Amino acid sequence: MSVRRGVEVSIAVAEAAGFCDVDVVAAYPITPQTHIVEHLASLVADGHLDAEFVPVESEHAAMSACCGSAAAGARTFTATSSQGLALMHEVLFIAAALRLPMVMVVANRALSGPINIWNDHSDIMTERDVGWIALFAENGQEATDLVPICHRISEDPRVQLPVMLNFDGFIVSHMIEPIEQLSKEEIKTFLPDFAPVQRLDIDNPFTMGPVGMPNVYTEAKMAGEHAIRASYEPIVEIFKDFGDKFGRYYNPVESYRTDGADIIFVMMGAITETAMTWVDAQRDAGTKVGIVRFRLWRPLPADDFKKAVAGAKVLAILDRHFSPGGPGGPVAQEVKYTLYGTDNAPKIVEVVVGLGGRDVFPEDFDDIYKRAEAVLNGAPVPPFELTQVRGGHYGKI
Amino acid sequence: MTHQRQNPIETWLRSDRMPHIWCPGCGIGTSLNCFVRAVERAAIPKDNLFVVSGIGCTGRVAGYIDVDSFHTTHGRAIPFATGLSLARPDAKVVVYSGDGDLAAIGGNHLMHAARRNVDMTVVCVNNLTYGMTGGQLTPTTPRTAVASTTPYGNYEHPFNLPQLADSCGANFVARWTVFHVRQLTRTLTKALRTKGLSFVEIISPCPTLYQRRNRLGDGTQTLEYYRDHSVVRHGANTAEVDIDFQGEITVGEFVTRERPSLRECYEARMREVLQDDFAPFGVRP
Ligand code: SF4
Repeated sequence: MSVRRGVEVSIAVAEAAGFCDVDVVAAYPITPQTHIVEHLASLVADGHLDAEFVPVESEHAAMSACCGSAAAGARTFTATSSQGLALMHEVLFIAAALRLPMVMVVANRALSGPINIWNDHSDIMTERDVGWIALFAENGQEATDLVPICHRISEDPRVQLPVMLNFDGFIVSHMIEPIEQLSKEEIKTFLPDFAPVQRLDIDNPFTMGPVGMPNVYTEAKMAGEHAIRASYEPIVEIFKDFGDKFGRYYNPVESYRTDGADIIFVMMGAITETAMTWVDAQRDAGTKVGIVRFRLWRPLPADDFKKAVAGAKVLAILDRHFSPGGPGGPVAQEVKYTLYGTDNAPKIVEVVVGLGGRDVFPEDFDDIYKRAEAVLNGAPVPPFELTQVRGGHYGKI
Repeated sequence: MTHQRQNPIETWLRSDRMPHIWCPGCGIGTSLNCFVRAVERAAIPKDNLFVVSGIGCTGRVAGYIDVDSFHTTHGRAIPFATGLSLARPDAKVVVYSGDGDLAAIGGNHLMHAARRNVDMTVVCVNNLTYGMTGGQLTPTTPRTAVASTTPYGNYEHPFNLPQLADSCGANFVARWTVFHVRQLTRTLTKALRTKGLSFVEIISPCPTLYQRRNRLGDGTQTLEYYRDHSVVRHGANTAEVDIDFQGEITVGEFVTRERPSLRECYEARMREVLQDDFAPFGVRP
């Protein structure tokens, strides 16, 4: 039986990867992901994990090495953040297009400039189109559980795609939390040995990554699109199997106290936990407000989301990134896409919070609630807004 | 009446950025001190000097020195500086970064800048580890040294940076430790006056991570080690200046040559082809 103990989330996540018996870890140091791969390096050095640890010279090399090892049929793991993820950019597309199973943890951190090592979602949100399955954990327990889940999803013969597991840098990665860690044996009952559908094999030679001329490129892209959309069913099945085995059930979209809620807050990651505390107080005071959060981000669980927010009159969407000069924050964009044209679609109040490590406090939710409430009472929907800015979005900084 | 004497390099620092982030006993500050004195000696006017850094503890130099500076992304100081150097041939361009930045993630750029012999001075503070992210293995960590990613000691072959710069064609290649402040200042002055690419490696302690993890004592003890184990060999064959774990450190000015710089090569070729139609770019009237 697994025991509950206080442990730094990065260490628990690394242990979980170790218990998944990964074969190859290739990584480059970058804050705040570093403790994860450092711990894996110790597990390998101490003989607890029979794996190759490759201390490569850049993240571009890390992701390239991961592609090579996955192509050879090895269970592959890496972790990165921010600039590191950005440097991997071109190789991320290739990992997905070549259907190479692997798991990458991203401890989310802001992108430069200005240089900033703290948390927001600009790193992952600028990688939305790479074709990877992407999940967001809100706390250490979830992050740790999702490691074997991600490996199982990635390696499922129906899926065979790389999976990115996101959690907030520092806020989750460096937190010491009580975590119930599954043992190696328990994980073994859940995660079968990796049996790649295709791999480089000298006895059955074939080529990976050849040129896709205009006459096949579109079909190749379509095949990738089918693959990631079709991964939804296996993902839900794997979540359920995990719950049946270990008692912790995960869903693509989570709802919290949304019964009869007129206003629903939508967000991802660790701020949801602060929001839940805030919602509890609001509900005690009789305010009808709840939370919906995406755990699965790619493939976008549009139907689950629609169901989760059905009946709400206003959605307050909290983004941790935005597209300068473009249509606001990514979560808001995608929610609007999801709801466009549906009957009785709720009105949407979009705000951007917590950029580059700026803390989000319960009072910030009060402020956002006021905007949503005004819209509920008939005020026009305000344009997207950066909150927490000195002097206000349109004021002087 | 009490007098408060100003730090002699105060005018070169952004004092509003102090206290700095460097740990007690770290060698980066010493290297910066030597560098600023070298700039003064080389009589480079303040507004004609660019300092470009990458990411890492040494990368902070670009933030602390009060000249036009650019704190770039990790590993990319040299390409930024190449653009600067080509666009401002009248200015002195210096890349000031660490071993992780220049030899690992940016290693490719170092090779090509030396090959092209771009007009710039590359100052590489080599503390044999990644300081800022917690002491992982870099391509310069000596064999058997412990890093956070090699808990049982490094088993990879490290880079010998002077040899790398030399073999790629840099015009000036030297190495000192932060113990050798006078020699280092002299060498940096020379490097700043060199046409083409000059490469100066500065061996420096990281007491917080590299020294501590390898039980090598504090900053002062490391300076004593540098004092006792450095051997000055000007003109040494760079193939023979590798650094073994706690072994001898060969220091000195190893290479001085006069290969034409990138700009000179470019201008010569363009003149050959275009003759009188060629007008060199960027020389300020
Ligand atoms: S971590 Fe090491 S290199 Fe960085 S400031 Fe401290 S002593 Fe210097």
